[in-house]
Amino acid sequence: MTGGKTKFGVVVFPGSNCDHDAYHACKHVLGQEAVFLWHKEADLHDADVVILPGGFSYGDYLRCGAIARFAPVMKEVVRFAAGGGTVIGICNGFQILLEAGLLPGVLLRNASLRFVCRYVNLRVENADTRFTGRCRAGEVLAIPVAHGEGNYFADDETLRRLEGEGRVAFRYCDPQGNITAGANPNGSHSNIAGIINEAGNVLGLMPHPERASDPALGHTDGQKLFRSVMDAIAAGETVGTIADTLRR
Amino acid sequence: MFHAHIRVTLRPSILDPQGKAVQHAIGTLGVGAVADVRMGKYIEVKLDAASEDEARRTTEEICKKLLANPVMEDYTYELVKGA
Repeated sequence: MTGGKTKFGVVVFPGSNCDHDAYHACKHVLGQEAVFLWHKEADLHDADVVILPGGFSYGDYLRCGAIARFAPVMKEVVRFAAGGGTVIGICNGFQILLEAGLLPGVLLRNASLRFVCRYVNLRVENADTRFTGRCRAGEVLAIPVAHGEGNYFADDETLRRLEGEGRVAFRYCDPQGNITAGANPNGSHSNIAGIINEAGNVLGLMPHPERASDPALGHTDGQKLFRSVMDAIAAGETVGTIADTLRR
Repeated sequence: MFHAHIRVTLRPSILDPQGKAVQHAIGTLGVGAVADVRMGKYIEVKLDAASEDEARRTTEEICKKLLANPVMEDYTYELVKGA
């Protein structure tokens, strides 16, 4: 963090296509610092927050996110996350976090077999995380999705733990906040749209908050997520930042 | 040299919408009843291994760490000695 600004590091894999959207949202819409982190570089450039953006890293070969996990930058992201650093995986970034084992479960092909690209409603399930501090529990956010493999699945034990530990951050819902099958765009188990890790410093979600940040695009609910993270960084809640400072 | 013929398939508990779509398409061929279709991946790997044991160990590691995601997939393979 420099000059009261949060530094966002946006990872760029070959095939990432939401990297510039994330950069734009952080730097130009929110007025923070932002840098691109090239996948071949094992260096996070002192970012306070690492964003794994959406796209089709490595052409989605083998499985979505399966190859990206082995990129040199991912070793640093795993180390950063283990030290408490804040990591957000959006869409393909969520898939990469699952493949890298930073979050549990998998994202299967959408139950409809179709690529879905539209606004969805998200209910904030847990407002007590560093990603949702600006939201109220139960609040409904309008944020777009755009994916073909967003059907969240995990074994029963994992699902029980996620639910029991309040680690489901967002669920697909109708405009009134009801969790219905009709509001589920991809067949995700229990309408799960986003989850956090056990320590609460890693978030993966299918919807794109960076696409709902610039007022010019009509919706700004995505800003709440980024601003929550900025609050958390400013409050020095990030263990990773503290550890980093101590190390220097 | 060994050739590993690897098949990665969705676990039985995982819904396979792609297989269902193919099953539906088969249904329109009018070739008779098809009870189920499951889709998977077939991967050929040439291994520069000295023994079948070594080839097996390498194949297992490749499958576990990369080719299959154990949350949703199973794998099987056979090893063939060849050039």
